[in-house]
Amino acid sequence: MAQAQASKFKNPLVNWIDSRLPIFTMLDHEYNHYPMPRNVNYLWAFGAIAGIMLVVMIATGLFLAMQYSSHTSLAFDSVERIMRDVNYGWLLRYVHANGASMFFIAVYIHMFRGLYYGSYKAPREILWILGVIIFLVMMGTAFMGYVLPWGQMSFWGATVITNLFSAFPIVGDPIVTLLWGGFSVDNPTLNRFFALHFLLPFVLLGLVILHTAALHVCGSNNPLGIEPKGPQDTVPFNPYVTLKDGFAVVVFFIVFAAFVFFMPNYMGHPDNYIPANPLVTPAHIVPEWYFLPFYAILRAIPDKLGGVIAMFGSIALLLVLPWLDTSKVRSCKFRPIYRQFFWILAIDGLVLGYAGAMPAEGSWLLIARIGTFYYFFHFLVLLPVLGKLERPLPLPNSISEAVLKGGAHAKPMEKA
Amino acid sequence: MAQTTHPPGTGGHAASGDGSTRRDFLYLATGAVGVVGAASAAWPFISSMNPAADTLALASIDVDLAPVAEGQAITVTWRGKPVFVRHRNAKEIEEAKTVNLGDLRDPASDESRVKKPEWLIVVGICTHLGCVPLGQKVTDPRGDFDGWFCPCHGSHYDTAGRIRKGPAPANLVLPPYAFTSDTKIRLG
Repeated sequence: MAQAQASKFKNPLVNWIDSRLPIFTMLDHEYNHYPMPRNVNYLWAFGAIAGIMLVVMIATGLFLAMQYSSHTSLAFDSVERIMRDVNYGWLLRYVHANGASMFFIAVYIHMFRGLYYGSYKAPREILWILGVIIFLVMMGTAFMGYVLPWGQMSFWGATVITNLFSAFPIVGDPIVTLLWGGFSVDNPTLNRFFALHFLLPFVLLGLVILHTAALHVCGSNNPLGIEPKGPQDTVPFNPYVTLKDGFAVVVFFIVFAAFVFFMPNYMGHPDNYIPANPLVTPAHIVPEWYFLPFYAILRAIPDKLGGVIAMFGSIALLLVLPWLDTSKVRSCKFRPIYRQFFWILAIDGLVLGYAGAMPAEGSWLLIARIGTFYYFFHFLVLLPVLGKLERPLPLPNSISEAVLKGGAHAKPMEKA
Repeated sequence: MAQTTHPPGTGGHAASGDGSTRRDFLYLATGAVGVVGAASAAWPFISSMNPAADTLALASIDVDLAPVAEGQAITVTWRGKPVFVRHRNAKEIEEAKTVNLGDLRDPASDESRVKKPEWLIVVGICTHLGCVPLGQKVTDPRGDFDGWFCPCHGSHYDTAGRIRKGPAPANLVLPPYAFTSDTKIRLG
């Protein structure tokens, strides 16, 4: 005879549920007592920030979907109706549009944090790979969302991105026809993009749950890149990390609100307030800022198929990053040479982004080519070779010893 | 919950006289501010589901009564709902006026239901479960009282749109309207 398992909660209702479905025990374990390295800095808050941005996007998106029409003859006007007639429609749309940018800002900081502190290294490879998959799904979702207002940038962005697949020999054209559901970007395309734009955030939510589950198996990395050796090296998640993350979220939201309320179209493009016209391409078309580095890579290669492969390759590289980096030391703090190249990579990303926004000619094309070369050189040559050649600085014996300077007072934190 | 969320090793437990601590107060104050913040954030979402400005702009319409002959009825759409406009003849007015109010389920005099005796204007939705009653065309069944008959569950309305028989609890609703001239009305 099966028996309900014992639950430690005093509240009788909570106890009754918990002894049948131990969600309260799980939450208590994963978000209350869960040990976090005591030295994590504010860069570690961006995972939580990204998670909250996903919730903000799903919430605003749901209410926008209640007012939006995914038909080519209605889409643009329905978005304008949201802006002018729907109560707080302007707020929902600006939060959603700027929220996409803020989501990418949070995720990019989160990724560069992982790169700097070596968070992708064993045993966190699957955690990292799940993160790269989340990034890819996010890019697809953001792209399809940008098509929905059916402005000029929506239409021509959709045309250019779907045409990427035409670069592949033989299968290319049938794939593009399949994506379009016709012979050009048209109503069937808009309809399926809306359906997928609604679905993918929930796929993202599932991936984020897996990402978090994988994280909680081996625990968070930390700025020193060494594993906690005992309770003296950790603090309980609540209240230390909940409050720290909470404060970071508030500061992040202040910046977010500044965009929403004072410069809501700063990160957008004015051409998207012109209804889509399949007969006229805008003079200068660029993707949203968060795609610009990859767009620069696409244009840097003077070959259609080569450009597409380089662009997809630049992201696919990240999937095998844990095996490209041969160094056993995680944190850049103890890798004096690699640290410099890390910052060159960060600058390279910004340069590529800037070059992606400029016309693909003259010196901008040259700069994009140098930037593209460095990107691949960094991951494919520098990382494997440096791991062998570089002599890292000595690692501290433990987190508490390093952060308490000598460890004279390193005693276990009192039990929560 | 409070005892599990107290951080360890703090001086927050220095109890004041009544057993509550400064920390208890801070928890409650923070929680209260959080609830206000959450409610403020939720409001734009909820409000966006209410009728938008363009929907509200359609909330009033003008109707020209001149082409409607005596004995005829027309149906106009107002806020997405049918409104019955019936040009009553003398017999129908007489029927509506001579009813004993004590016999009615939802007592209302004929005078209280019209602005001009020959024009009866009601929302054409049965007060039972929202169907549109028959009776606008002369060929329609008009029920036992010469008004309207709802085919869904058999409610009978009289020539003043009052419920007389069947499951509906109330008379047909009177929309807000005014005569802008002798032959024109504005609904809403």
